[in-house]
Amino acid sequence: MNLGRWLLAAGALAAGAQALAAPDAVRGEQVYARCLACHALAVDRVGPRHCGLFGRLAGSVPGFSYSQAMKKSKIIWNDKTLDRFLAKPLAVVPGTAMTYDGVPDPKDRADLIAYLRQADGTPACSAASRR
Amino acid sequence: MSFFQMTSPVAARRMFLGRSGLVLSGAAVALLAGQDALAAKTGGATGNDVQILNTALAAELEAIAAYQAGAESKLLEKPVLDLAVTFQGHHKEHAELLAKTVAKLGGKAVSAKASYGFPLESLKSQADVLRFAAKLEQGAVSAYLGAVPLFGNRDLSKAAASILGDEAMHWAVLRQALGEAPVPSAFMS
Repeated sequence: MNLGRWLLAAGALAAGAQALAAPDAVRGEQVYARCLACHALAVDRVGPRHCGLFGRLAGSVPGFSYSQAMKKSKIIWNDKTLDRFLAKPLAVVPGTAMTYDGVPDPKDRADLIAYLRQADGTPACSAASRR
Repeated sequence: MSFFQMTSPVAARRMFLGRSGLVLSGAAVALLAGQDALAAKTGGATGNDVQILNTALAAELEAIAAYQAGAESKLLEKPVLDLAVTFQGHHKEHAELLAKTVAKLGGKAVSAKASYGFPLESLKSQADVLRFAAKLEQGAVSAYLGAVPLFGNRDLSKAAASILGDEAMHWAVLRQALGEAPVPSAFMS
């Protein structure tokens, strides 16, 4: 195989791997099922609502009773901070009321975050933000 | 024959209880006895343990309210209604055990909310109610699974695992009632 063909093949493989690794919001919704004992998109439950999550200061949903630890964390939720927190919530925010060991698989976390981002743009979240 | 197909709710419940081997009240008593001993000594329990128990308690209280909403929806047929009440009873037992344990560890147990934002307007049929309950139960299994490794005291991990097992059975039964594979995978996450 000459160098040109080799580079072409390598490029195709790299593109394929990237496509495989791309966050999958549909799969993320399945991962979100793990959260449903405590969370919902549009309403506060044991945990706070997820609509409006991206760009929100941790511990800032009005009327929700947060742990002091979360209120003092100064975290702004985005892909990176969510990935860190979801991997090991109690290690990132010791004292959080989210007493959950975390989502250990990076792909699961990426898919979950993709789902949360996608859900934020749905009518369910738009209606929640008007309430 | 599925207990959902049985004509008598009493027979259905008896069949369900008999087959599933649910002896939670006995187990709960034993676990609570273990936690009496735990309260007397430190037992490895930490402040985190109280927080974990309280988070679980809050979810159990919400589950009790959710089953109550389902029962009052008038959408459940009699045998299914009886099952929902049975499952709600389990959640009440879980909540009672968790609250007592929090108190024994010197914490303050959380209380039920005055109201929960259940999506009642979207529940139009028995299947909707069952699907709603199934999602809560699945989430509960994952939540307990995520809590089991966090306890400082292993007796509490054991108690949480006992509750996890019960809620996994609820989830399986609800899925079966919905015509879905009752146990969709070999592992939970």
